[in-house]
Amino acid sequence: MTLPITSDRPGMAALLPDMQAPITPLLALDGFSVAFPGANGPVPVVRGIDLRLAPGEALGIVGESGCGKSVTWLAALRLLGRGVATSGEVRLAGKDITRLPEHALARVRGGRIGLIFQDPTSSLNPVQRIGTQLMEVLRLHRGLRGDAAQREALRLLDRVGIADAPRRLRQYPHEFSGGMNQRVMIALALAGEPEVLIADEPTTALDATIQAQILDLIRDIRRESGMGLVLISHDIGVVADLCDRVAVMYAGRVVETAATQDLLGRPRHPYTRGLLSALPSLDGPRRRLTPIAGTVPAPDRMPPGCAFAPRCSLATEACRSETPPLVLAAQDQRAACLRLAETALAPAAREPVPVGAFA
Amino acid sequence: MTPLLRVDDLARHYPVATASGQKRLLHAVDGVSFSLAAGKTLGLVGESGCGKSTTARLALGLLPATSGRITFAGEAVSATRDRHWRALRRRMQLVHQDPLAALDRRLPVGEQIVEPLLIHGLEAGIGARRQKALQLFEAVGLRPDLFERYPHELSGGQRQRVVLARALILGPELLVCDEPISALDVSVAAQVTNLLQDLQGRFGMAYLFISHDLKVVRQIADEVAVMYLGKIVEQGPPEALFHAPAHPYTEALVSAVPTLQRGTRERIILRGDPPNPVDRPAGCAFHPRCPRAIARCREETPTLRPTSDGRLAACHLVPVASDAAAAAAA
Repeated sequence: MTLPITSDRPGMAALLPDMQAPITPLLALDGFSVAFPGANGPVPVVRGIDLRLAPGEALGIVGESGCGKSVTWLAALRLLGRGVATSGEVRLAGKDITRLPEHALARVRGGRIGLIFQDPTSSLNPVQRIGTQLMEVLRLHRGLRGDAAQREALRLLDRVGIADAPRRLRQYPHEFSGGMNQRVMIALALAGEPEVLIADEPTTALDATIQAQILDLIRDIRRESGMGLVLISHDIGVVADLCDRVAVMYAGRVVETAATQDLLGRPRHPYTRGLLSALPSLDGPRRRLTPIAGTVPAPDRMPPGCAFAPRCSLATEACRSETPPLVLAAQDQRAACLRLAETALAPAAREPVPVGAFA
Repeated sequence: MTPLLRVDDLARHYPVATASGQKRLLHAVDGVSFSLAAGKTLGLVGESGCGKSTTARLALGLLPATSGRITFAGEAVSATRDRHWRALRRRMQLVHQDPLAALDRRLPVGEQIVEPLLIHGLEAGIGARRQKALQLFEAVGLRPDLFERYPHELSGGQRQRVVLARALILGPELLVCDEPISALDVSVAAQVTNLLQDLQGRFGMAYLFISHDLKVVRQIADEVAVMYLGKIVEQGPPEALFHAPAHPYTEALVSAVPTLQRGTRERIILRGDPPNPVDRPAGCAFHPRCPRAIARCREETPTLRPTSDGRLAACHLVPVASDAAAAAAA
């Protein structure tokens, strides 16, 4: 399956929903919100998210723990149980899947939308052979049985770089290393021939050299199949490595979204700037890190106005009362900040400080 | 000048039984030597199972070594928990990854900071102890009103600050930090990284800093040692190691770090997983995954030797400093 992506800015149309979009987004969240039950009524954890994924696009979602980056996608696929309230739309190729009955949504999960999580070992069934698990997916989503399923299972294991596939199919997850199990998870996700893969911290539990292997594999598969990707990660480096476009989340909202190079090169939201200057680097002069003051607010104690205002050096009175909408900050770049005029002028986030400043 | 901490040919083996019931030896740490000067930071990096945490526990005398020698400020460190051991342990403290596991959930954090003084019978008088604890509370950047709080009432970053204050109250000369910021979010990790640097500037203790995160190690270390399967494979200043790695494993490790500047560095993808330490490959342990291995690597184990630019590397392919140059450097 090849998808017609020729522009090097595949996300452009998706970023300008008020313009006539030439292609329907593959996956779109519209005003999507999630609330968890709390002692004093529902606690909103995702507060109105609009996101578009163009066919074949790779979108990275970054943010710190508790920002809602994983919850958004788990809730969108109704994987969080009954107590969780959601509102807004999740459209897959134009069709809202939040209204689908459970049996129909179950066909979408693992079918048109593949999923992989952080800890492969706990996602796999420990008492079933790898082959049994793969062939179950092939039967459910592709209707393959017997020899056909076996052949396809072998092909998938081979595709994800697992050597000696016939023997491996008969083995159990505990006989595989963490990196190998993540390859199996990718094979399971690919078994349904998904149009989009949602990967939630797929390499966080893996060692550095194994992480490089898995990122390389995902990149390869995407190049081959044209599959869309939503990559959720706390590591901006991982996202920058794989994604065309990045959305930064803070306290349940998207605060900035742009093409990867633009977001890294000229971030406009003060939180994005803060995140980038808090990161140590392997290159360039060694400089003292610039941390973001304070901590992330708890979901049940969200400050009024912009949730980042209490930690923001640019915040004014207006920031503490008005919730900023996600608006165009530059071509192909949106940010939810009332002080965008100031962040256009302020110096770049990654300003080197000489090593002498350490003493 | 004698180094603060000196480790010579340190090894720790564990007897294990394989699936088929055979008795084998797992070489967790296998001939590690290094020294750490007072007030300096040695970063120990490597992937899971390379022996970096075991090395730290051996150095602190928390675990008996199978062989080798550890000297702290000129005195031998043993794992026999006698008076001598306790006196030494007062001068070397450990900070690890999970602050919640390191703290007692039923005790206010202030009391936990005071506790080491009680254990070692220092600083008589409740008032004096509390005074000292509050001073450290301030030094690690915690508000005094948090003193009476319980660990679950604090954030992850605040808890790690409490752990640091507790480690510092005895005035240690060495702080062993085992992945101290790995569990923290980006913005908080930066706060704690800066704090570690500030505390070293203020109190002058040495750090043995263990991490899988090369970027954090580069930020904080004066010298870095890279471990693979229980051995140090390369050691030198961070800029040399990370910008011009000599050992092929260091090179792969550095190239595997995802950076914001996409495509600035060629990525080396190693094949396979690190081997099981029970089945350590013959010759150089890295040769089955090494893209540059030659016949000699399969037979002969390379030793850690000075290279022409002064760092240490254990690789047959890295040019060794000539004896004269090595003597001049020493």
